[in-house]
Amino acid sequence: MHGRPRKSSSDGGSQEKDMAKAAGLQSLQTQFFKNHHEKIYTKEALQLNAKLLEINPDIYTAWNYRKLAIKQLLESESESASIKQSLDEELRVVERALKRNLTSYGAWHHRKWVINMGYSSLDHEFQLLDQLLKADSRNFNAWNYRRFVADMKKSRDEDELKFTTKKINENFSNYSAWHNRSAILSHMLKNKYGGISAKEQEMTEEYELVRQALFTDTEDQSGWFYHLWLLGQKIAPIGPKLEMSWPCNGSQLVIDFNEQSHAYVSDFDTPFGTDHCMFSEGIPLVLHFSEPVKGVNASTVSVNSLLLQSESLVWRPISPHGLQAKTWVTLLKLPSTNFRAGETYTVQIRVADTLGIILLNGYNFACPTALNFSLDIHTMTIRSTGGNFETVPLAWEADFFFPLAIDENKFPIELHLDSLSIDGSGNQENTRWQQETLDREIKVCRELLEIEMDSKWAKLTLARLLIAQDMLSGGSILRNKRMHTDEVLQLFNDLIEIDPSHAEYYKDQFSLILLDKVSSGKQNLQEYLWDSKGTGSLSNGERNKWLRLHGLSLSRLGSLEQLLWVQRLDISHNRLQSIDGLEALQLLGCLNLSHNLLANFTALGPLRQIKTLRALNIADNKIGAHTVNSTRFSFPSALNNSSISNADTTRDADEENLEISWEITIAFKGLHLRQLDIAGNPANDEKCRRLLMKTLPSLKWLDGTSVN
Amino acid sequence: MSSYTRMGELEIEKHTQFIMSVEKKKDFDSMVMEHLRMSGAYWGLTTLDLMGKLDAVNREEVVSWVLQCQHDCGGFSGNVGHDPHILYTLSAIQILALLDKLDTIDADKISAYIVGLQQEDGSFAGDEWGEIDTRFSYCAVCCLSILHRLDKIDVGKAISYVASCKNFDGGFGCTPGGESHAGQIFCCVSAFAISGALTHVDRDLLGWWLCERQVKSGGLNGRPEKLADVCYSWWVLSSLTIIERVHWIDKEKLKTFILDCQDKEHGGISDRPDDAVDVFHTFFGIAGLSLLEYPGLKPIDPAYALPVHVVDRLFFGQPH
Repeated sequence: MHGRPRKSSSDGGSQEKDMAKAAGLQSLQTQFFKNHHEKIYTKEALQLNAKLLEINPDIYTAWNYRKLAIKQLLESESESASIKQSLDEELRVVERALKRNLTSYGAWHHRKWVINMGYSSLDHEFQLLDQLLKADSRNFNAWNYRRFVADMKKSRDEDELKFTTKKINENFSNYSAWHNRSAILSHMLKNKYGGISAKEQEMTEEYELVRQALFTDTEDQSGWFYHLWLLGQKIAPIGPKLEMSWPCNGSQLVIDFNEQSHAYVSDFDTPFGTDHCMFSEGIPLVLHFSEPVKGVNASTVSVNSLLLQSESLVWRPISPHGLQAKTWVTLLKLPSTNFRAGETYTVQIRVADTLGIILLNGYNFACPTALNFSLDIHTMTIRSTGGNFETVPLAWEADFFFPLAIDENKFPIELHLDSLSIDGSGNQENTRWQQETLDREIKVCRELLEIEMDSKWAKLTLARLLIAQDMLSGGSILRNKRMHTDEVLQLFNDLIEIDPSHAEYYKDQFSLILLDKVSSGKQNLQEYLWDSKGTGSLSNGERNKWLRLHGLSLSRLGSLEQLLWVQRLDISHNRLQSIDGLEALQLLGCLNLSHNLLANFTALGPLRQIKTLRALNIADNKIGAHTVNSTRFSFPSALNNSSISNADTTRDADEENLEISWEITIAFKGLHLRQLDIAGNPANDEKCRRLLMKTLPSLKWLDGTSVN
Repeated sequence: MSSYTRMGELEIEKHTQFIMSVEKKKDFDSMVMEHLRMSGAYWGLTTLDLMGKLDAVNREEVVSWVLQCQHDCGGFSGNVGHDPHILYTLSAIQILALLDKLDTIDADKISAYIVGLQQEDGSFAGDEWGEIDTRFSYCAVCCLSILHRLDKIDVGKAISYVASCKNFDGGFGCTPGGESHAGQIFCCVSAFAISGALTHVDRDLLGWWLCERQVKSGGLNGRPEKLADVCYSWWVLSSLTIIERVHWIDKEKLKTFILDCQDKEHGGISDRPDDAVDVFHTFFGIAGLSLLEYPGLKPIDPAYALPVHVVDRLFFGQPH
């Protein structure tokens, strides 16, 4: 019951009236159902049904009955004039019902059903819609019906677009009209330009229309949502592309290869300087796309090297649900013969030279990319890299670290952070137009803010535009051109104050910008790079290099494509509820997530994709503290009919810990963790620890205690 | 007077009485709702269970009435004597799941009815008369999943149809081109959730649109520039929960808004403060409070719209 005031029960008179009305309806209904069940379709019976529908248009069975009656009529009647007469009566019944309730799904569908027979005037339908949309300009059933009629009538997109202009000019706050406009425009763009680009002039008109709306009422949402979409149509600087790879373009890996064990130790350049890693099954080749794609395989990605045969490479999507992923990995295995020690071999990779990599929306990934790196096969003796966790657990404490002394000369050139050579990506003219549009819209927002200082919409849009401008000017060549970072961070700080209800949204955006800043150049990254001095087994006399993003109030992870080289990451003492995207770090061995806000084991789902992970600290989170689990559906389980079967779940079979049992499975099954720290979580009880040990048979240390 | 001073406790006893009394009402409003009594029963019973009051109900009576609404085709109607429809088939299955009585029905027969409603393009009709709507895609996917028979339909096609209803704002409509609406978004997001296809959702874009549904009073609306309504406490909140963006709204203010919509004298919850109550809004209010972790309420599953303990029993209980 929408929008009806609460009645007091003492109002006796109206109660009596109500009972009389109810009795009337009851009697109509009884007679109707008798006719329906006995299949009586006389004129009188149909009239009675019409009367019932006029009072209660939502009684769906009564609409079904009318359709049965028409079907029977069509079987006996062949004269089109009299068929049309009957159908016209149907349209009148619908009209009366819609007057009672404009959102009656049954009435609208009945009308479609009748119109579909092709006897009725479509022009009349448009007239009716004009009336109805005047009465309720936001009625989405009516808008849906308008699209249906326009489709049948084969109306031109241009004419339907004009109708939305008219409705928008009547009232800028008509979100339904803006929506319909976006749908029509998308359709036009798709037909004309294959959904790829938009011609300048057409879009300029759109910007003018939306600007009028924004200046009329700065706080009305409708125009702003449309404005954002408009920008995304062509301005979004990140079209689908290959964002990063590991090894990165132009890099050189020094490989120690042991023929017997097929193990590799690789030295490679990172922002730390040279680091090394041991790979037991092959050297990972990681591709990171800006959007989830499918179809990465030996035919869409060619890998050319004297050492390898591209066709034999198996590409694996790094995604809980398979098939579609941003990150794809294959393992490069050196042949046991056919190479010479001391020689350098180039590996050339071409991505999407042939069609077959597909985006979520079904389009082809159309940004062919080439990159290369070299493998310097150095010696054939295997070195120990430590980190076997056999004798002492890894210590996580802060005093264990000291700032990394960086040799400026050895610091890798910026090129290594982002410089994939991209063929045929956008033309100059396009970029210039994007730049102009951004400049103009930034100006518009600044003007609006002069009129209304605290307009949250203008501030938010300005922040987004500035981010886009930074990415457009600095994105493809050097990532350290972040002209507006500080202004953007200030805008989000303002927004947290102006609009506290959405504070957490703005804090998430703040985190993303901060991480973008941190990861976008060596100067910024430097203060987060640390050395760990070894007392534990990780040391073996060596120092280990950590990226420490702890205590930054991060509530959200981002820019992870810039961190594919990271093997040890400390993001403790933040406000993370989710670690989505972390699965991109395919070299990660040690991860400190302690002192965050992770609420369930399922929130750790991305870790299951990181097969290299050996030590994990999730102490002092909120695991088990909440009754609602918002990560319940984000990873495959029986709940979403996915691969993990019930048999896969570690069973300790009483109903009470059913939930925790499948959650642990989702997060950890198949991982080879040696060390896990979990103290300080409400879920951490005896049962939970037993389940963890069962799920992680490789575990040596649980909360610093040796596991047998 | 600030809204905080108005906020009271959740009147569990009063709401229980209200739900139990709806059943016997014979006024005009109840008559108008007769065709969806199956959904009414589902809303009422689920609310009772969330409040820990399901024992007030005679289970055998409910089950026997539900079974009277089943038709030869396998589908269920909204009430005895009405026509079968996928909406009420889902409500019936949800009731039987809630009462742990799924063994009283022939799951294959019901699946066959649902399978028969899938169209060439992957969409679902509501019944034999061919109305198409993403609400029905949700009904189909949810029903079949509860019956452990999702593999009986072409899930890929069902999902790509729902995905084709995605809009410029990240939301979803009834059919391709239809305007985004929070109720419709719940259906589409949950259909993706249940079939493991959440990659189709642009979580940040949709999450932002959804969190902007919160208005000054703390309540949520279903579309931009519309009034707040308690039912969106469920549609918006469940969608935000599934896509892990529920922290983007002010939960305390929403809690206050829902509690302010209680009829503290006679029980029940209305769309807005001081409006007439009904069982529909009572369910959505309490389901919303459950997602907000209101003390004393059992947790509800955001996609199956059943108490979590029921869903866990269905999927992690005894092997099938």
